[in-house]
Amino acid sequence: MNHKPIKILIAKPGLDGHDQGAKVLAIALKNAGFEVIYTGLHQSIDAILNTSVQEDVDVIGISIMTGNHLRLTEKLVEAIKKAGIDEKMLLVGGNIPRQDKAKLKELGASEVFPTGSKFDSIINFIKENIK
Amino acid sequence: MKDKIKDVILESGINVKPVYSPDDVAGIEYKNDIGNPGEFPFTRGIHPLMYRSRVWTMRQYSGFGTALETNQRFKYLIENGQTGLNVAFDLPTQLGLDSDDDMADGEVGRVGMSVDTLKDMEDAFDGIPLDKITVSITINAVASILIAMYAVLAEKRGYDLKNLRGTSQNDILKEYVGRGTWIFPVEPSMRLIADTIEYCAKELPKYSPVSVCGYHIRESGANPVQEMAYAFLIAKAYIDDVLKRGIDIDDFASRLSFNFDIHGNLFEQVAKFRAGRRLWAKIIKNDYGAKNPKSMCLRMIAGGGGGGLTIEQPENNIVRGAYYALISALSGTQTMALCSYDEAYTIPTEKAAMISLRTMQILADEMGLADTVDPLAGSYYVETLTTQIEDKIVGCMKEVEKQGGIVKAISQGFIQSEVAHQAYDMERRIQSGEIVKVGVNKYTVDEAEHEVELHSFKIEDTQKQIDRMKAVKSTRDEGNVRESLRILKVNADSTGNLMPHIIDAVKSYATLGEITKVLKQSFGEFQEPLLR
Repeated sequence: MNHKPIKILIAKPGLDGHDQGAKVLAIALKNAGFEVIYTGLHQSIDAILNTSVQEDVDVIGISIMTGNHLRLTEKLVEAIKKAGIDEKMLLVGGNIPRQDKAKLKELGASEVFPTGSKFDSIINFIKENIK
Repeated sequence: MKDKIKDVILESGINVKPVYSPDDVAGIEYKNDIGNPGEFPFTRGIHPLMYRSRVWTMRQYSGFGTALETNQRFKYLIENGQTGLNVAFDLPTQLGLDSDDDMADGEVGRVGMSVDTLKDMEDAFDGIPLDKITVSITINAVASILIAMYAVLAEKRGYDLKNLRGTSQNDILKEYVGRGTWIFPVEPSMRLIADTIEYCAKELPKYSPVSVCGYHIRESGANPVQEMAYAFLIAKAYIDDVLKRGIDIDDFASRLSFNFDIHGNLFEQVAKFRAGRRLWAKIIKNDYGAKNPKSMCLRMIAGGGGGGLTIEQPENNIVRGAYYALISALSGTQTMALCSYDEAYTIPTEKAAMISLRTMQILADEMGLADTVDPLAGSYYVETLTTQIEDKIVGCMKEVEKQGGIVKAISQGFIQSEVAHQAYDMERRIQSGEIVKVGVNKYTVDEAEHEVELHSFKIEDTQKQIDRMKAVKSTRDEGNVRESLRILKVNADSTGNLMPHIIDAVKSYATLGEITKVLKQSFGEFQEPLLR
């Protein structure tokens, strides 16, 4: 039985500066008992990968509001696989059009939480699906 | 009966009474506290006749792809009756990166137009009369470079810089709180802003070099009182820096403008703007000793905020946008822009942007909003709220000043953490149903997972932009570029206004990325404080 709290990285990949959602979710997850690290803005894929490895997080959550979610997710998944840490849960959030949800999951996202997602649905998904 | 009435408490913390009467406004004296439109303290508006003499400027935010595509969109908007341009730049441009930078991948031309060199700005405004259409550029960290490009292209086209109008956003302090397109640390960023204000006061006296934004602070979670208070404190920080250079307040204060947000309670927003105008006039007159009434006028763009829009039942956002426009008109704004109904999930489609423009036109031409100035003046409720909100803004400003001032509060991340926690609290209350949001937590329907129309973006176009930059690079005089960048570096390492040197670099067709890189070498980069 693992008594350590689940550790989550909330990251802002790329140039997007809209971080209200990422910060709000980071606070919500912390209040729900998770250990949360928020990267801050303008993170390169390498920086996100390095933080994930160094902090040994269980979940990587990325938030993208610009519309560049497919490209960034594809690159991050590639980097994650290359680093051999693809057992980690990958969540994608932000301004995600409905038609892109399936595409993101195909790329390797464990789940997609677009704008408007409820805290409880994210919290429950993590609790129920964490390995 | 009495215990059935629930308390109504506005976001500003004001408790709303069910009925207001003459007793509530007995202490308000018309001449001193409200005043006629166009007269101190400008509560009712900054012009005597307001929209009766000239309706608000309609300035939808737009720009995408290369300068050539953006130029086409600008012309389309002007043909459809838009009276100003509000240029959106892509994120690589906003962050001073060239289109071929690794970090720019997938972002070139996505959320705005891409600019690498002066050539892009020349093409974007080709054929657009810059003496008739005022251009607002939404750019912050590298505003000094884009202002330089705009001034150079205008001069090349034969316009007299002394009469050139326009606005740049150029408000870096709010970027650290919300919106996030910062590059350099706080101090050198503030220096660049003072440089642009000083340069414009001397060379482009009709240009508005800074538009201080409460908007993004509110979008990040601030309440309406904090929105105004923080914006005023930020504006004061810029003013104080410019005054230190020995420039008279009346030589630049009238060219400062503001950008505010509209969503939430209608009356609270209208009162916020009336209170803001009155307080700003007092600050400039009393605290800074300005003599020219124009210096005391709070000029603003007030637009419908994306924060009020919902991804659920998106067509409801058309209605919300119309109410936001109504609030904006009732508030005496100079310029109006609306977030479009699809902005909760995409960059506005052409159709959505057109609905926003028509919303404003319907208000002006059909609904009588331009007929008389400040029509809510004298309302017991609105005048009471105006006074209450002004008091609260003053209180909020004092609180920040007591703790060391706005620059420190932002540098150390206090404001960021405060508004983030407020945003969390607001979201929690919406999710619990405590705050009603129609279509989100009340009157909800099962919405089919249908596909939505999206703004088209072709990732392949990145190469087009990179090719444009390469073409410029192949024809420019490299010696000129190197020399102008060398001189810029020397001056950035020293003191003195950088604008003349940035202008020289721009004229040599140095790229935005090259110029920014020089400044990064001198200034370093901002380290984001931790979220507390």
